[in-house]
Amino acid sequence: MASTVASEYSNEVKNVPIEHQFNPYSDNGGTILGIAGEDFAVIAGDTRNTTDYSINSRYQPKVFDCGDNILFSANGFSADGDALVKRFQNSLKWYHFDHNDKKLSLKSAARNIQHLLYGKRFFPYYVHTIIAGLDEEGKGAVFSFDPVGSYERSQCIAGGAGASIIMPFLDNQVDFKNQYVPGSHGTERRKAQYLTVDEVIKLVRDAFTSATERHIHVGDGLEILIATKDGVRTEYFPLKRD
Amino acid sequence: MNHDPFQWGRPSDAHYGNYNKKIAEASPYPKMNTQQPIVTGTSVISMKYDNGVIIAADNLGSYGSLLRFNDIERLFPVGKNTVVGISGDISDMQHLEYLLEDIQTENNYDNQYANEEEALKPSYVFEYLSNVMYNRRSKMNPLWNAIIVAGIEDGKPFLSYVNLLGVTYSSPSLATGFGAHLALPLLRKVVDDESDVEKTSIESAKAAIIESMKVLFYRDARSSRKYSLAIVDKDEGLIFEKGLQVENMAWGFAKDIRGYGTQKV
Amino acid sequence: MFRNNYDGDTVTFSPTGRIFQVEYALEAIKQGSVTVGVRSKKHAVLVALKRNADELSSYQKKVIKCDEHMGLSLAGLAPDARVLSNYLRQQCNYSSLVFNRKLSLEKAGHLLSDKAQKNTQSYGGRPYGVGLLLAGYDNSGPHLLEFQPSGNTLELYGSAIGARSQGAKTYLERTLEEYLEVDDADKLIEVALEALKQSLKDETLNTKNLSIAVVGEDKPFTIYDGEAVAPYL
Repeated sequence: MASTVASEYSNEVKNVPIEHQFNPYSDNGGTILGIAGEDFAVIAGDTRNTTDYSINSRYQPKVFDCGDNILFSANGFSADGDALVKRFQNSLKWYHFDHNDKKLSLKSAARNIQHLLYGKRFFPYYVHTIIAGLDEEGKGAVFSFDPVGSYERSQCIAGGAGASIIMPFLDNQVDFKNQYVPGSHGTERRKAQYLTVDEVIKLVRDAFTSATERHIHVGDGLEILIATKDGVRTEYFPLKRD
Repeated sequence: MNHDPFQWGRPSDAHYGNYNKKIAEASPYPKMNTQQPIVTGTSVISMKYDNGVIIAADNLGSYGSLLRFNDIERLFPVGKNTVVGISGDISDMQHLEYLLEDIQTENNYDNQYANEEEALKPSYVFEYLSNVMYNRRSKMNPLWNAIIVAGIEDGKPFLSYVNLLGVTYSSPSLATGFGAHLALPLLRKVVDDESDVEKTSIESAKAAIIESMKVLFYRDARSSRKYSLAIVDKDEGLIFEKGLQVENMAWGFAKDIRGYGTQKV
Repeated sequence: MFRNNYDGDTVTFSPTGRIFQVEYALEAIKQGSVTVGVRSKKHAVLVALKRNADELSSYQKKVIKCDEHMGLSLAGLAPDARVLSNYLRQQCNYSSLVFNRKLSLEKAGHLLSDKAQKNTQSYGGRPYGVGLLLAGYDNSGPHLLEFQPSGNTLELYGSAIGARSQGAKTYLERTLEEYLEVDDADKLIEVALEALKQSLKDETLNTKNLSIAVVGEDKPFTIYDGEAVAPYL
């Protein structure tokens, strides 16, 4: 009888057919995006939480202000996302205890999160993680991570269900990709320049209304957290609930 | 040489014959954990209203399609401000019941404020249960349940959900299992948004819950007519109604159905 | 030479029913510099006199934060206090992670007591050589606790431990009725400082040798050190 074996070692257990395996993961939809400006950074996320075709909640925030001007969001399997946020906040708390309330820099936060993620390399947190804030020079900064801890700093990044819809839009509108100086006949690229907070919020709202139109796991509400040198502020905008 | 890593450092079968598992009383199978629920309870449904929360669950324990037990209580009061509703595997539910009793005993020990300021709050119970659920799933040994914690905390209604994966969320109306498909749309007609809660009276909330239990009894084959309903009200406290029945059903159409059962033509 | 046979360990009673090692530990507290705690119906306050070994050294740490709602001050062996405060930090952390709950001061007191009492009942160990004043604000309001190496933890309205602490205690006993009703945190700090002054010998309080901590409703446990204490001097 040819059957699947419950071990990667062919001789360990013979001929145990797998009838059903418990799947420890689920996809809870939602989308997040982070953009860095000159002296600010934002992370935005929709507030819908789903499994399959069901809407679990229309308002379940997933972007957090962790203190020290660090914004954090982990999108994907929401139980892992929540666990990761909790672990990072705890890590930050003990960093403060152990280092006399020293502020954690964003790049140190990023490295710490890499270790949290890679520590579960062989049973990963099934999430796309984005953090944002200000770097040591006071410039806006965004870092994004894959589920097992690879990370990079970028100007803007989208994650989650609607990432593939939003990301090309961001490339074009934030980094001015594929934009050329008028009259140059496609020879001179339009130079990238920093956007203002108001411009960024406009872009984010457009990105999410579009993603809401085209993706069933995105919608209900949009929450934007904005980090500046004066602290973190939150804005909320309703999205379509269908 | 056998290059399978499993064989490294072991006596080779060629020399010693097959390993006799009976010697060490070793199981021929790997350690096994819950892979499926056995006796199950169906939906739990719940919603907030201006002055508290309502939660309901029927009293059936199904063994597959067999209606095996018909007096199972799936709502558990925890202290005076919290009710926990559990669907899914009944033996796992009874384990959770034990854990809930345990945290109550623990809270009453050496705690002079146990009945007031330091009584268990719904969010404490929920945080604990969601940690239990997530830790068990992370050990690949889940408690096969979906749980709703309902109650009043600091004068405001509290409602949260957690399941066998450790996935958690909150909403003004919540339902598990079939209820998420059949009952939730009816409950959301009343409270779709947090701002609807303060406009909803206990009467309209209770009517919506009772109507939803009826719809579930109509269409969920693993539901029973008998159910329990609990209310945690800011002023009235915990009201637990057991042995309720789905009423005012319309079965008049049934006599006209043809093609099933024993009727001839 | 003959000497007392009943003070070598913590597991042997003297014929008069005493455990000398525990009593010696209580003496260690009196070697430490003084710290005072007071509690009103709104806040709890700790003040402490810091010592420095010599002019070139820094001042010792007298107040330690355990969580947003709880902290402590110490008199006696500082390393022992580090162990105990770290233990409390972990317990506060556990409570908030697993139960989303602030550890109550009563529970914190029991946990410390149990930990200290264990040392008095096993051979080869020694009691903690430190006394603690535990201040915090939980669901049942502000609290002040005094911990002793014997495993005793008492709840008090005002207390002082450390060298010459009796002066501060007497002052607090005398003025209890007044400070219990004080609404303003700064006023309560003034009471605590006045009590602390009753326990000074030749020192004078300044920005280097004074630590202040306050906690209350909507006021997380906050430590004032250095220049931050200047307004209270």
